[in-house]
Amino acid sequence: MGNRETIVDPRGPIIFDIRNLWAYYGEKPAVKGVTCKIPEKRVTAVMGPSGCGKTTFIRCLNRLHELSPGARVEGEIFLRGKNILEIDPVVVRRRVGMVFQKPNPFPTMTIYDNVLAGYKLLGIKLRREEADRLVEEALRKAALWDEVKDSLHKRGTYLSGGQQQRLCIARALAVKPEVLLMDEPTSALDPKSTAKIEELVVELKKSVTIVIVTHNIAQAGRVSDYAAFFYLGELVEFGPTSQLFTVPRDKRTEEFLKGKFG
Amino acid sequence: MRSILWRKFKDRSALLVITVLAFLPALPLFHILYGIFRLGLPAFSWSFFTHLPTPPGEPNGGVGNAIVGTLMLSMLASALAIPVGILSGVYLSEYARGRFGEVVRVAADVLQGVPSIVLGIVGYLWLVKPMGHFSALSGAVALSLMMLPVIVRSTEEILRMLPYTLREASLSLGVNYWRTVIKVLIPTGLVGITTGILVALSRIMGETAPLLFTAFGNPFWNFNPLQPVDALPLTVFKYAISPYQDWIRQAWGASAVLTLMVLGLNLISRILARRLSGDGK
Amino acid sequence: MGWGDPDRIFYRLCWGLSLGMVFLVIGIGITLFWGSLPSLKAFGWHFLVGRIWDPVNEKFGALPFLVGTLITSFGALILTLPFALSSGIFLAEYAPPRVADGLSTVIDLLAGIPSVIYGLWALFYLVPLVRWVEMKLGVIPFGLGLPTASLVLAVMILPYAASIIREVLRMVPHELKEAAYGLGATRWEVIRGVSIPYGLSGIVAGLLLSLGRALGETMAVTMVIGNRSEMPRSPWDLANTMASVIANEFTEASKDIHLSALIEIGLLLFLITLGVNILARIIILRLQVR
Repeated sequence: MGNRETIVDPRGPIIFDIRNLWAYYGEKPAVKGVTCKIPEKRVTAVMGPSGCGKTTFIRCLNRLHELSPGARVEGEIFLRGKNILEIDPVVVRRRVGMVFQKPNPFPTMTIYDNVLAGYKLLGIKLRREEADRLVEEALRKAALWDEVKDSLHKRGTYLSGGQQQRLCIARALAVKPEVLLMDEPTSALDPKSTAKIEELVVELKKSVTIVIVTHNIAQAGRVSDYAAFFYLGELVEFGPTSQLFTVPRDKRTEEFLKGKFG
Repeated sequence: MRSILWRKFKDRSALLVITVLAFLPALPLFHILYGIFRLGLPAFSWSFFTHLPTPPGEPNGGVGNAIVGTLMLSMLASALAIPVGILSGVYLSEYARGRFGEVVRVAADVLQGVPSIVLGIVGYLWLVKPMGHFSALSGAVALSLMMLPVIVRSTEEILRMLPYTLREASLSLGVNYWRTVIKVLIPTGLVGITTGILVALSRIMGETAPLLFTAFGNPFWNFNPLQPVDALPLTVFKYAISPYQDWIRQAWGASAVLTLMVLGLNLISRILARRLSGDGK
Repeated sequence: MGWGDPDRIFYRLCWGLSLGMVFLVIGIGITLFWGSLPSLKAFGWHFLVGRIWDPVNEKFGALPFLVGTLITSFGALILTLPFALSSGIFLAEYAPPRVADGLSTVIDLLAGIPSVIYGLWALFYLVPLVRWVEMKLGVIPFGLGLPTASLVLAVMILPYAASIIREVLRMVPHELKEAAYGLGATRWEVIRGVSIPYGLSGIVAGLLLSLGRALGETMAVTMVIGNRSEMPRSPWDLANTMASVIANEFTEASKDIHLSALIEIGLLLFLITLGVNILARIIILRLQVR
């Protein structure tokens, strides 16, 4: 467990209140007793060397973790006061969307259908105008509208990697989640596409809470308001990004920021 | 150390012998194709495809009822095997962990190895005997037992090849697992699954042994699955071992129809499979 | 978690159907055993060693068919071996990729031709050929019989055996072959010294799977074996295999004990092919472990 004084509660409204969260693969814990609060409509960056449990941590926040064979979660995760571990995961995932490392548009669907996948796959019928409006809105939010508005009925896989990732963001936004989890969303992209996604992240926090996993320190510095540093499954330090970057309270955070672990 | 010349000589002769032996068996195989089409195509005519069989010597006999029967048996067998096969394949790829999955896989492999004549006996004991008469349904059950393992294993393989990220994409949108399977995984793997089904279908279309004591054969039109039906392979068998020239000619004709159907299905499945590997790039 | 949860229902459905398939296989075994009971009770072990198959006098011994099946299947395997091995080697080692792909496709397509058509072809082309040979050799020129059945089986299992051998040889790691080339080995020396020994157990497994096919093959054999239910006296004789006697007599068996005896032959055939296939799988499994 991290030391009390290194975990700083954020100011303003809280969306996630996480208490003593443990996540296991089989007998092996990947996340060890994490306790922290995540602020609403802010960008929180989750950092740490590879294998430190940061991806497992955010996969707990929309209950994707428990899909892995032998996976188990203990503790409490309150989303606006209700413990999501006691809610149907399907409902949780509608409220907490996710974007993955590698863009994963549905290969059999058009761009249009990809954006609406969260409705179509659930068998929710939308009126035509409503569907059109949702698609445009989501694509605009994802800063993709201008690039694809003339090719909405082409397959999603026809786009470039960066565009595909923004399509996945649009897909996640279309169901109007309260939180958007991003698992190293730029690790498979070129610098230009990365810059675009980063701009987008900053823009999006006006309407949605973002938790972004990154092993890129500079990226965390550019986009986040709060930052969490994980090491060997423990949450070592949590606080405002500016504070964590300039005066880290834990020695391991300091070493990580100086580039001491890969 | 043997001389380099001797080693070179051995290398060359091995190449020669192997190439010759590799191409020799192509002779009978091509001769079969040649026979089917040289002797079979001339038997084709309008009445051959549309008429009922006639007694030997009477002209204008056809295999219309056998074509209908083969299509009926194939469709019935598919209707039985495809849903079960796909869902068992889904089970193996999505849910099976540990022992039970292995048991199911072994069962599929065992089923695939059962000789088709034995499945004919099983169809007889399960359906013909209790019903008291031969029927298309009993033949279709025997054939579906042959299709099932092929569909199960090919569906499993195809679904396993789909990246995990595809499942995550759907699940993270709050989609249930079963909808993810039905609406994302199966459509994405559809080409491959279809290929597996066509391969299975092409195997059973030409099967004779399981039909001998189930569908049995029937010289008249029949569209009722509870009655015996004719099938092209049964016609080929019956006519081939008969002493009548006319029937033997029709046996070749029926063989040609059957071969075209089977090779056609095979070819389609191959084209699909190629498209599949093309999409992978 | 009640029945209301659709995910649960879907899981149960898939699980249930898979379980159903397992029961199906067990059911096949039980059905055959059940059907064989009258014959098992009446003849016991004598069924396996009895040389007389006489439906009229209700004497049933299956030895002639066991012998017929073994001779034709192993005959076919031996006949096909050099060709299958050569085709496999040629496709995996010698042929340029394009040629190999084209040839493999043709071979696979031919493997799809229905058995009854192989029988038709054998009846009209192989039988005269065998008769001609038999006349030259001075044995009774049946044309039909064990040699014809073995030949047609050999032709039928060849594509299957060749494609398995090709796959096995393709699995031989490139580094191994390159190591041998690096030592100055010729191509043939690499094939003989590296590829074949490395793939040997796979090749054996492939041949066993082919044998499994030959054992259960019915139609083509039924059409050319001559259908005589006596102990074959020479390799040129007319005979019956387990599959062919079932195909010939099943619908004509008017007595229950005759039908039961035929079902018992089916049971034996099921068990023998099962054994051969299991053996092949065990070998393949060992191969994968390595």
